[in-house]
This record gives sequence, structure tokens and C-alpha cells, in this order.
Amino acid sequence: MNNDKEQMKPIWYFVGWILLIIGFLVLCAGIYYLFMPIHHVVRPVGKHANLWWGIILMLAGAILAHFNKKPIES
Amino acid sequence: MHTISMTLFDWAILAVYLGFVIWIGFYLKKYAKTDEDYFLAGRRNSSMIAGVAFMSANMGALEVVGYAGQGVEYGLYAMHFYLIGAIPAMLFLGVVMMPFYYSGKIKSIPGYLKERYDEKTRVLNAVTFSIMMVLVSGIALYALALVLRTFLGWNWDMCIWLSAALVALYVTLSGLMSAIFTEVIQFFLIWAAILLLPILGIVDLGGPAKAFADLPHMYTSIWSTSASAASNPMMVSWPALVFGLGFAISFGYWTTDFLIIQRAFSAKDVRSARMAPIIGSYFKILLGLVVVGAGMVGLALLKDPNSGFTLLRDGGKIKYDSVMPLLMMRYFPPGLVGIGVTALVAMFMAGQAGNMSAFNTVWTYDIYQSVINKKASSQRLIWVGRIATIIGILLSIAGAYWAKSMPTIIDYLQAIASWILAPAVAIILLGMFVKWISPNGAFWGMLVGMLVSFSLFMALQLGWISAGAVSPSGGEGMMAANFWRALWAWLISTVVAIVISAFTKKRPQEELVGLVRSLTPKTVMENISLYKKPAFWASVTLVIFVILNILFW
Repeated sequence: MNNDKEQMKPIWYFVGWILLIIGFLVLCAGIYYLFMPIHHVVRPVGKHANLWWGIILMLAGAILAHFNKKPIES
Repeated sequence: MHTISMTLFDWAILAVYLGFVIWIGFYLKKYAKTDEDYFLAGRRNSSMIAGVAFMSANMGALEVVGYAGQGVEYGLYAMHFYLIGAIPAMLFLGVVMMPFYYSGKIKSIPGYLKERYDEKTRVLNAVTFSIMMVLVSGIALYALALVLRTFLGWNWDMCIWLSAALVALYVTLSGLMSAIFTEVIQFFLIWAAILLLPILGIVDLGGPAKAFADLPHMYTSIWSTSASAASNPMMVSWPALVFGLGFAISFGYWTTDFLIIQRAFSAKDVRSARMAPIIGSYFKILLGLVVVGAGMVGLALLKDPNSGFTLLRDGGKIKYDSVMPLLMMRYFPPGLVGIGVTALVAMFMAGQAGNMSAFNTVWTYDIYQSVINKKASSQRLIWVGRIATIIGILLSIAGAYWAKSMPTIIDYLQAIASWILAPAVAIILLGMFVKWISPNGAFWGMLVGMLVSFSLFMALQLGWISAGAVSPSGGEGMMAANFWRALWAWLISTVVAIVISAFTKKRPQEELVGLVRSLTPKTVMENISLYKKPAFWASVTLVIFVILNILFW
């Protein structure tokens, strides 16, 4: 068994980071467009969905990344 | 129509995703050292990773965006594609078939055919499967460019070449390993986008009780209108659903299509491999509820004259597939638009990477190593796999431009699969359950089945016969004709294989141990807890499957 394989991070760690980063960007968009007009017409039900959905994605991402940061042995 | 306007946040989300898939190809390259690393992801994945990748390979845009369109066109009746058209076959694969597929000797479905029958049956399946992968990949690439051009106003050629180049890069670098890594990421991104659509839509329509209350009964039931084709929007009666979709098409796709089964082959042991389609079955049911739910939101909005919601039209023909992007435009604010667009791109890339990783494996193991260079080293096989990926991508780009010149080619996608997969499932099931089926019986059964299915399709297209001619129930539409054609192809393959086997030389029984059920000692999983047993989780899916069928009756 080679050393590289022993150091490989679990796939869930990367999934966590992607969700965390994307959730953060969605949340930023939500905050920014609280104060700025949206360019396209969005139904009221979805207008601020970016705020709560961004937070949900960030939480899910943080949990996944935190609990899977230990490298796995192949 | 107006295109979706993307803000800086949306572009940043797309850039994060694209940057990640490129990086992952380089990151994993150092782990892809042997041919098994490259083509089977080292066979070290857990059941959950294999299960998510198994399902993700089925979440290409043609499946997700296309079936949302079916939700608008057929209402709840489209749930058949996710219930009878998927669940029994997925469970059968996990519980019954996987132990015969998953072995050190077998690296692909054509590989099973070689072990069970002979080289010519393997090569026939490998060549036809490779052609199917390239064609499907080309059509998917065309569809990607079409969606991105229509809804984002992006340049056609740029979409095709950029998407193909990215997939080529990460699949070439580390094969199935990077394909599975990105598929798992894509799986979560796709859910992050599509899960919101039916939720926001149903709330917008007044809540679960009110949202679909005004739809006619035929759009809100799945079995009570199936007695006659005229009573349901799909024009398909229950025999076509049960025997055509539920057996010939579904078993053909879920139990013999190497594109998805390859993900289960990447599992670390046979139990994990068996769990992969069973875990996938839970996501398949949920996906059906979300995708068909989104389609039905579109249908309810179309029926409401005050909603202002319309689908795209092309020469007077309604483009049902436009429903999902149009719902995203209607409900998604900035940020979510970025996730929606990224999910659309991810769906196409997941589908294409799946096609290419399956293509390079079958080409390398079942054509190159089997016919051209039997003594190729592991490094040589990886090199051949990389070249095959690049050639496959170039062929699929050519296929995309061909599809562009013939837009109706997309309609043939299901047909292409049924030409190849329905005869294949006949021969594989016979091989697994009937020990006296001979190599010549299998080869001719598969070949004749493919030719008959293709001939029936062409005869229907050219108007030589009507859809009713292949459908014993009569009065059914083209969808039912597809289902019945697959069933006839399966039946003819089975009959030809049995008849020819009666007169030709069989394989010695001692060579078939581990490949044929009656000749294989039963392995009992005694020392594992109930919640780790595939049969237990398959039973839970089955209960959910029955409950949903009754609930939606």
C-alpha cells in the first residue's frame, strides 16, 4: 500500500467545503439584494429564499467538512 | 423570451464549481496508479459513495430536465418512470444479480458475458455499448448547448467545446476516480437547486392541499386511469407499463447498463456493491417526487390563466422540457440562479463524464485488451483509457453537431437504449439463471433481438406499420410502442437463445460456478447486523414503493 492512498481525504470533506463556499455566496447574494433591486422578476415566495437556503447549505457543508476532515486509509 | 440574468454572485458560484472539477482531476491523478484505480476507482468506495455515484450517473440533464417536462405533459402519471420503471429492477440488481457481477475477474458487463459465454458475445455487447455511449454523450452535449443558449444566451460552440474540454480533462487525468468524486459533488449541487423548485412552487400555488386541486383526475393518479390507453395522458395502459416499462426497459437499463453499474463495481466489497443500487433506490423515489412535483407545478400554473406562466414553443410545438429552467427564472433570486445554472451544467457534465468513463473502460478492457493486445500492462491500459477518453469526447462533439443538424435525434435517445439494452438483459438473465444456455445461443439471441428492435423502430418511423401494430392492447401512443418494442426485443432474444442453445455446444458446468445461480453455493451473511443487510434495506424500499403506489393510485 502506498503512502498517498493513506493520506487521501474522504469525498464528504470536499462536498462539505463546496456546500460551505456556495452557501456563503448564496447568503451574500441574499444580504446584498435585501438592499438592491433584483434585475429579473421573482415571485414573492422566492424573493428572499437565498437568505435561508444559503444558511442551510452553509450549515450542511460545515457539518460534513468538520466530521470528515480526517484522512482515510484506502 | 428574456434570458436569465446572472449576477456576480451567480458567476462566482459557477466559477467555484468549474474550478473545483478541474482541480479534482489533478488532485486525484496521483492516486490513479493501476488500471483498477483508473477504471474502477481502486475498488475502495463505501456503499454510500457507490450508491450516491450510482444515482448521480442517472441524474444527467436529459433525465432530470426531461422528466420534469414529462411531469407537465403527463402529470403524476410520469411517476411510473421512477416507481415501476425503476425500483423493482434496482432492487433485483442489488439483491439478486450483483453477487454474480462483482468479482475480481469481471470488470465490466461485457466482461461478465465473456466469462459466462464467450469472446464474441462480449465483443458484440462491447461494440454496441460503446457506440451507444458516444451517441448518447453527443446528444447530451447538444442538449446542454441548447439549454445554455436558450436560457442564458451563451454561444453555442463555446458551450459545446468548453463543457467537453472540462470533462475530457478530469476523466482523462484520473478516470472513474475523478468521475465519481465529481458525481458526488454534482449530486449535492443538483439537489441544492431542484429541491427548492417544487417547495416554492407549491407554496406559491397556495399550499399542498390547494396546489393541484384543480387538475383533472387523469393528471393526479397513476393506476386508476391505466385500464385503457384513452383514459390517461400518456396513452399507455397497464400491461405496457408493467411488462414493457417495468420489465423490458427498466431491467434493461438498471441491470445491464454499464454506465451506472460501473459505480457499484467501484465499491470495496460485494456487500457494498449490493447496497449501491439499494441506496440509489431511495434517492430515485425522492428524485421522482421532486422532478415530477416541479413538472406538476408547471402544469398547475399553465392551467391557471392568471399565472402568466407559459412554456417555450418551437414552430407551434410546446417545448415541455423548458419547464425547469422557466420555473428557476420564476422563483429563484440571485445566488439561487447561480446554483440553478451550476446544477444544469453539473447535470450535463455528470452525464457526459459517466458516458466517457464507461466508454473508456469497455473500450480498454473489452475491445483493446480482448481483441488487440491481450498482454497489455497496467500502465499501457491506463494510457489506452486516456486516449479512448479523448477520442470519445471528440466523437461526442461530432455527435453534438450532428444532433444540431437533426434536432429530432433527441427523440431517438430512448430508442437507442432499447435497441441495445433490452436484448442484453434477455441474454444476461438467461445466463444467470439457465445453465444450459450456450455461447452461440447467447450471441445470436442478442444479435437478432437488436436487429428486430431496430427494424421495428425504423418501420414505425417510416410509417410502414402503425404504433398499434406493435401494441396488443391497441389504441396506444408512441410511448407505449417504445415499451412494447423493448418487450418484443427481449422476447425474441430469449426465444432465439433458447432454440439455438438446444442444438449447440454448452460450456462445461464447472466453468460456470459463480456465474450461474444454480451452480453457485449460496453465501449467507450470518455475522452482520440486520441494518447492514442489503435484503433488509431492499425490503424497506419495497414497502415505500407499495405505499406510494397505493397513495397515488
